[in-house]
Parts: sequence; structure tokens; C-alpha cells
Amino acid sequence: MSTTDTIVIGGGHNGLICATLLAKAGQQVVLVEASETLGGLAGQREFYTGFNASVAQTLYALPKAIIDALDLPRHGFVPSVDAIATTALSLSEPPVRLTSSHISGACETDTAAFADYKKQLVTFSKALAPFWSKTMPRIGAAGLKDVLTFGQMGFNIRTMGKADMLEFFRVATLPMRDLVDEHFSGESLKAALCWDGLLGSQLAPRSPNQGVLTLLNRMAGHWQGEHSVPTGGMKNFLSALTSAATAAGVTIKTGTPVAQIVITPSEQGQHCSGVQLENGEVLTSERVVSSADPKTTFLDLVGPRHLEIEFSNRIRRLRSKGYVAKLHLALSALPKFTGLDSPSGRLILAPSMDTIEFAWDAAKYGELPDQPVMDVCLPTLTAPDNAPTGQHILSANVMYIPGELKGGWTDAARDNLTTQLISQLDSYAPGIKNLVLGSELLTPHDLEQQFRVAGGHWHHVEPAIDQLLMMRPTYEAAQYATPIEGLYICGSGSHPAGDISGNPGRNAAREILS
Amino acid sequence: MSNPDILRENVADPYAGERLKLSHFHERQAALNLRDAWSSWNGFKFADYYYDVDYEYFCIRNTCGTYDICPMQKYLIEGADALAMLDRMVTRDLNKLRINRVTYVAWCNDSGRMIDDGTIFRLGESKFLLTCGSPCLAWLRKSALGFNRLSIVEHTEALAALSLQGPTSFAVLKAMGLEATSALKPFDIGHYPFAEGEIMISRTGFTGDLGYELWIEPNLALTLWDCLYEAGANYGIQPYGEAATNMARLEAGFIMPYMEFNEALKTVNFEYDQTPLELDLAWLVDFKKPHFNGRRALLEQHKTGPKTLLTKLNIEGNKPAEEALLYSDHDCGDEIGYVTSAMWSPSVKANIALAMINVEALSGDIWTEIYYQKELRHHRKVARCTVQKKAFWGPERAKVTPPSLT
Repeated sequence: MSTTDTIVIGGGHNGLICATLLAKAGQQVVLVEASETLGGLAGQREFYTGFNASVAQTLYALPKAIIDALDLPRHGFVPSVDAIATTALSLSEPPVRLTSSHISGACETDTAAFADYKKQLVTFSKALAPFWSKTMPRIGAAGLKDVLTFGQMGFNIRTMGKADMLEFFRVATLPMRDLVDEHFSGESLKAALCWDGLLGSQLAPRSPNQGVLTLLNRMAGHWQGEHSVPTGGMKNFLSALTSAATAAGVTIKTGTPVAQIVITPSEQGQHCSGVQLENGEVLTSERVVSSADPKTTFLDLVGPRHLEIEFSNRIRRLRSKGYVAKLHLALSALPKFTGLDSPSGRLILAPSMDTIEFAWDAAKYGELPDQPVMDVCLPTLTAPDNAPTGQHILSANVMYIPGELKGGWTDAARDNLTTQLISQLDSYAPGIKNLVLGSELLTPHDLEQQFRVAGGHWHHVEPAIDQLLMMRPTYEAAQYATPIEGLYICGSGSHPAGDISGNPGRNAAREILS
Repeated sequence: MSNPDILRENVADPYAGERLKLSHFHERQAALNLRDAWSSWNGFKFADYYYDVDYEYFCIRNTCGTYDICPMQKYLIEGADALAMLDRMVTRDLNKLRINRVTYVAWCNDSGRMIDDGTIFRLGESKFLLTCGSPCLAWLRKSALGFNRLSIVEHTEALAALSLQGPTSFAVLKAMGLEATSALKPFDIGHYPFAEGEIMISRTGFTGDLGYELWIEPNLALTLWDCLYEAGANYGIQPYGEAATNMARLEAGFIMPYMEFNEALKTVNFEYDQTPLELDLAWLVDFKKPHFNGRRALLEQHKTGPKTLLTKLNIEGNKPAEEALLYSDHDCGDEIGYVTSAMWSPSVKANIALAMINVEALSGDIWTEIYYQKELRHHRKVARCTVQKKAFWGPERAKVTPPSLT
């Protein structure tokens, strides 16, 4: 039985990035992925004959440093030159179109306010940006590195200037609603500006805590939070990641689910010595790096009996319920949205912040909202080969959909929601329901089952202030190392959190190599 | 609180939920509590003493006495995962614990700070009884995360339990017809027919002397009491309370919560709790076990050695050094520790104490500053302390099997 340096569990983007960086540093790396395809939530699958889509539909948080570290362009990654526009749609107001620097369709005062609002958020986001790529200080540690990390944060905030600094402290944990209400009046515009502070978390516009921080985190990527689709679609990004991994020497095994992480006991204590696959085979290694979510990693794959009692109960208590469903529609032709020449970019179907709030109110009690809100994208506009010629895919992130629905996710509940969503889309794009050839609805429950993500949460662990930074996913595992020697974590549940940023995977690799 | 209803007859007690619970032996114990010296333990009405503290203490040492352990917390842990779950929780290796044996254990939080100590009875291949001073159901439930094949049952009130301690304790059992208990070695458990049921007897206790703990179903509790006191009439049997227990356990060198250690889960100030290594319980911590809760933290401390250590002290003079501070110099300028429990020991004829002392100061002089009172006038005395390795009290008869009758 041969022993490798590192086994990486999970072939999502964080697992791939971590594996590649370790292999580039000379380690012998085996990556095991449960499903047949790589990419996790960013992986592309055929949901209807001839139609391919991924749950993650755009890129926005990926930092340039990771693109460079993996040399992704050399592996075929063609980042889009332009960010895609975001359009706020409403049945009662004209569409408002937003790009990084430009706004159109809004009233005069909102238009005037937009540039300053954007400029200030970019300033804040830049001050925080270095923090996302750092390992968080260990609580109780006071080493030079830890002090410097805090120091740099303080320095960055201070050098914004006094006015900006004070404003930063004021807004950092504001509810999204309070922030946008201060600057804007248009209902659908405000709803759209909220969106990226809320998407994927247990937050609505009125929720205090970290909506603004989430937004600032997302803005720290290569495109300052603007969404983009790589030329050729998400599969272009994935194939470049895979190619980089393979070129670096990573052995990739798909269709290889892990049954457990092997913990070897001895009089010296316990250490992680490899993984046992579901087929019974044992792969041994110096260390294991899991990109699975913390609950799956610690409670299912390691098992609490190998952990300490308070630690394992903190993992059990992690809040990790997802509330975003994915709707894929296979369309026989390009739909026509009222008021738009072309449904390009990202369309936000949320008429007001109240609509978003009410949708959350229903979901938090396990019910379906009367009027779900969604962000819609037609990936076939940039990657036409994902569908048969002339035909299109509509991909929507639908909020807020509970994973634990009252009465359960029966076939009827699923069909009713699909019908409701198509009919809602039809009011924005009359006639679209006649174009639907097929559909796929992935509730958070489905995401949990099909992608092995506890709670079906996009970020594995809710990015709330108590589960962020040196508390992510919990102390004693917030620096990618875990209480078990030889076991590391590198998924979205680690600092700095989710989205397709790759930061957890990159940071974990750096810790392992240091 | 003032509620006039309480004074009226035929009105339901408005404070019913607030009243102390009564032990299964209460009826008999209340009759013998001549001084009405009640305090409470875990919500039970509990005797501090019955007649006279010193008298009760001398019964423990010279004849025998009974101590009510109904309020002690008891949990039944049963199932295929019971051994693994408990073994991960406590610092000792439970795989070595045979059926019908008892072991003294401690358990810690993740940082190796002691939550509580207690005893585990192995009643079957996968059936265990855990006893401890404070409620710990919440901790047991947390500890059981990931161990699905077990049940944890709060068993405190489902068992009547009485400790019978002292040199004549076996003689009393024998006189009751339980001569078969002569085969019990220390920490053995035996099951015997009793009245219309069964009694479980373990050769365990908290006095450092010959003694037993008797476990029986509640409806036989008073029958047991009557048999004991009838058989014990000529053997000086006497109920004793918390105060005499505290004297006996100190002579034996046993630790007491809120005297020697502060329960970790209830400690607010940083590291005001203790580790087993600091409490001189290193013999309870089995680092050969690959994993137990707190192991990593305790191993760190084990490598460097604890900074403070619970130490037995002999103190010159006869004034108990209660709540006294310790110094390395007679001038009391350099503080090196504090006394946790102290007494004049009538049996050892020595002024003894348990004290938490800085390890680096152990090799030097140890002085304590004692404050005492003589007819309302306060006095101060600085007394020299000597470290003692062995237990203050540990008679041979505590270990001999079969036990002697006196």
C-alpha cells in the first residue's frame, strides 16, 4: 500500500485549488471526489437532454492572486474582460441597469447618488481585501504574525482617512436595508443593491449582523464584486482548474466517495492517516485536507468520538441551513423580458426590499414565500454550446426556499414551486412558459443530498459574525489545521467563507506548506 | 417571601416546588437529627450533623456511621457504545474496569480543567453507573454526541443509597446476615438477596477507612435502615452528616468540590479551575490512552509539569490554618500558595491541611499565616509547614480482605 503526501477530499474549486498549490510545491497529492464530475456547486451537469448548467452561474469573488498562482490563463481560462450588468426588474417601475460605474433607468437623485455610494464601498472593500487572504490569528495567541495581521487591518482602515474610517465603523454591521435606504429611493434599485449582501445567507434586508460585510467580502475579488461569466461559461473556469491540477501532478479520482477519515490511535495520541473509501479501500497519506463542509468532515467522516466534547458540540451547533434554490429551465428560444432589448447580464426579480423581507419571513418558518425573489441569468448568451443551437438555458437563484419545508419536499411541493416560479417569470417575460422544454429545481435539501453539503448552504457555514474570521468555522479549527494531527480543512466553511473565491483552498495550502 | 396562604390549613402549599426534596431515608434520619442541623445538597434536605460533629467523626473512626448518599447524582449509562463514550470522557482507561468493579474517575473539559470527579460502577458488559457530586446530565449528553447506541438515564431518585463507614461496618453487615460481603475487596461490587428484593453493596466510601456503600430500591430503604440500626446497636452505629464527612475525607486526602477544586463548567475567572495534574491526580490520567477529553491540553501541562500542586501539609501547633495563605518566608512577604482545607486531626494527632502551592516553592521553606480567635480576641500566628507525601490517614484495615470485625 503506497502512501501519498496529501489526500484532498472533495473536488470543488477549493479542493482543486488547494490540491494544485500543494502539488506545485512538490507534494504528491491525490484528490478524491464523490461524484463523477468535478467542481461541486460550480460543476456543470446535464439537467435536460442537451442542456448543461452549473449551480454557480457567475464569478465575482475570485481574486487575481489565485488566478495567477495557478497560472489559470495558461490552462485555458479566459476571464471575461467585461463584468456583466445587473438589471433590477419590477412590474411597476422601468428596469434599472447597473454596471460598475454606470447606472441607467433610475431617477435623477438615485443616479447622482450611485457613483459616491459605489466609490465608498470600493474603498472599504479594498481596505479589507488583504484580510481575506490571510490566516486568522489564533485566539489567545500573541505571536508577531498574529499581531501584524491585526495591525495591518487597523492600518488599512486608518489610512482610508478619518471620515471614511468613521463611516466604515458605522456601516460595517448595518442591515443592508439601512445602508441603501440612506442613499436611494427607487424600490427595485434598492432591492437589487441589497442582493449581494444577502444572497446565500440567512439574511434579509432588515437583518442586522453582516450583510454589508458579506457584500464587502464579495467586492474584494478581481472584478470588485461585479459579476462576470468566463468566455465559454463556468465550465471554462472548471476545465482550467482541472487542467492546472493535472499539470501540477494531482491524481484525481472522481466517483470515489469517502466513507471515513482514518484516525490512527497510538500511545502518542491520535493522528490522521488517510481515508477509507465507501468501497472499503483505504488510501494512506501523511495528511488529509477536507474541502467538505465542517459538519460532514468532523461529525460524519471523523466522528465525534475522536474529537473533544466541547469542540464537537460547537461543530454540531454550527448554523448551516441554506435558503437558496436553483431553478434551471431548458428553453426552446430566447425569452423576451418586458422593457429589455436582451436578457443579458444578471436580472434581479425583486420589486422591493419588502418583497425580499416577506419571502424570508415565510421561509424561516419552513413555508414557501407567496412571491419568491430571484436572480436570473441566461448562461447560454455567453456560452451558447451549453444548449442546442438557438436554444437557451435560464438559471435562477431563488430565495428564500427552506430546506426543511413544512410537510416535506414531496413531488407535488416541488412541481407546485416550479410552476409558480415559471408563472412568475412569465409575468416578467410574457410567453416564456411556452418556451420551457424541461426544468430542474434544486432545493437546499437537494443540494445537500446531491452535492453532499450539510444544510445545502452555499457557504457551508452561515457567514455570520460569530462564525467568521478567527471563529470560522469555530476556534481551534480556524487556521485550517484541526485538533487532529494531520487533518486540515479547506472548504467554504473556513475563513474567509464561500462563493467561488478559492480563498479557503489557497489559504489552507499556504498553512500546510508553512 | 410572604404569602398568608402558607399559614392556613387545608390550602395547597404555595411553595411546593421550592421545598427541599426528602431523601428515601428521611423519616429515620429526621427522627435522629436532634439539632435540626439541616442544609441541602442537590436540592435534598441534608444533614450537616445530627447530634455533635466530633461525636459523629469519632464514630466513623472508632465504630461506624451511616451517611446519606441519596442526593449524590447517579446516572445509568447502558448500551453498546457506553464503554467507548465513558472512556473518551474520563481520564482513566475504563477498558481495564471489570464487571462488578468500581473505579474512581475524573473528567475534564477540552482544556483539561476538571469538571468533576466521581465513581463508575461496571454493572455489566455494557452497563455502567456513574455517581458524582453535582448534576452532570448536560455534560453526559454532550459527551454522547456521535455515540448512538446508548441510553443515559438520570437514576438519582430511582436508587436509595447509604454509605456505611468505619471499623465495625463489616461486623454490622455480618450481624444483618450479609456475611457474604466478607469476600468483597476494596472497589468490589456484590449483589445479595435482601428482604423481598436485592441489595447491591460496594466496598467503597469517602472516609479512607473500612466501609461500604449500600444500594437498594427505594421501597426497601426504610427496611434497610431498620435492619442496619438493629444490627448496629451494639457496634456504635450513628448517622453522620456533611461536617464529619469533611473531616474524615481530609484525613484521607480526598478532594472536595469548592474546597480543593472549582468545577470547570462553573468557573468564570480564567484558570481559576484546576487540572487533575494540579490536584495531584496524575495517577488518574492515563496518557497511554490515545484519546480522552482534555488529553492534548493535559499532555502539554504534563511535559512542563504543573505550576501549582495540591500538597499535604503538616503544620506546627494546633491552630487549623483555614483559608490561610502560604509564604516562603517567615515575614510573609513572598506568597506561594493557599490552604484549601485544614483541621486539627484527632486521629492523627496533627495539624493537617491540603494546600495549593507553587511547585517551584515546594523545595523551600513553607510558612503559613494563621488567624485564630480566642474568646473574641483575634490572634495571628506564623507557623512552619512540612510537606507530607503519604495520606494522613490510611489504616491497614481499610485494605484487608476479609475485613476485620473491629
